[in-house]
Amino acid sequence: MNIFDFFRERKKETSASIAKERLQIIVAHERGQRSTPDYLPDLQKELVEVIRKYVNIDSDQVQVILEDQGNCSILELNVTLPDR
Amino acid sequence: MAKILVITSGKGGVGKTTTSAAIGTGLALRGHKTVVVDFDVGLRNLDLIMGCERRVVYDFVNVIQGDASLSQALIKDKRLENLYVLAASQTRDKDALSTEGVGRVMDELRESFEYIICDSPAGIEKGAHLAMYFADEAIVVTNPEVSSVRDSDRMLGLLASKSRRSENGEEPIKEHLLLTRYSPDRVTKGEMLGVEDVEEILAIRLLGVIPESQSVLKASNQGIPVILDEQSDAGQAYSDAVERLLGKETPHRFLDVQKKGFLQRLFGGRE
Repeated sequence: MNIFDFFRERKKETSASIAKERLQIIVAHERGQRSTPDYLPDLQKELVEVIRKYVNIDSDQVQVILEDQGNCSILELNVTLPDR
Repeated sequence: MAKILVITSGKGGVGKTTTSAAIGTGLALRGHKTVVVDFDVGLRNLDLIMGCERRVVYDFVNVIQGDASLSQALIKDKRLENLYVLAASQTRDKDALSTEGVGRVMDELRESFEYIICDSPAGIEKGAHLAMYFADEAIVVTNPEVSSVRDSDRMLGLLASKSRRSENGEEPIKEHLLLTRYSPDRVTKGEMLGVEDVEEILAIRLLGVIPESQSVLKASNQGIPVILDEQSDAGQAYSDAVERLLGKETPHRFLDVQKKGFLQRLFGGRE
């Protein structure tokens, strides 16, 4: 830094702070995915097949969410049934 | 009790081999019998950084496949009594390393060494996986840069789930963060992530910060681990990191911009 920089206006958002913000978001997202067990996609597929035996649904109408609550995990199953 | 230490990062070119050579040499300097093992099969380079490239006769894969004994393959360091190198093979066979074979060699090394430093290849393939699999502690080498930090976080995930310790339900691998190629000047200007930023994102214990330094290239040119350059900032920072690894608390150095003189400040010095 020299005497000219000293009087120059300081930029509000530096590239380093943008980097930090981007990293915090992507790392949090990837950590969330990491904690889901490997069998979850297979479980979802099989659940859809079972439900399909009785009701005609698309695979995207079933949501499987595994929520970690410290000492136990909750498997949440959301099925949107078609209008009759 | 022997300790297996993996030097890992995910991303390439961040300083894993430089760190393996420096930390291994630093431990040997302090009287601990140490071996540094190169896991980068096909791209052997630790030997060059340690300056023993012309003395490689047998390598890691030769030992695994039973073509050579461990004592035949271990290369004794020219400078230090307690330091040995086990070179990687230059074979292109990706399956040269097996979990069982590496495990056997690790068990044998445990019998005669205090510290076994595993220099991991970049990526998350077999070599990187096996380098971390048997580890007790891990040093995650990270540059203050987005792709390196993200990859380091990915490695932390693998360390926690894909190791012998995690599979056996033992105490998890102890993780250390080593921030390398750090420029305090650029951090001050807001051009580079600071130590606190990386610590906050990765949330692991900081082992050390190695400043960006010309001494690192100078050392690798000559095949002398940079920690032996006691005059250099990087060498001193590595020494501090080794002290901390051995449980001694020492303050972090080289985190602030070197002060410039008045005239230099006024007219702007050479960056």
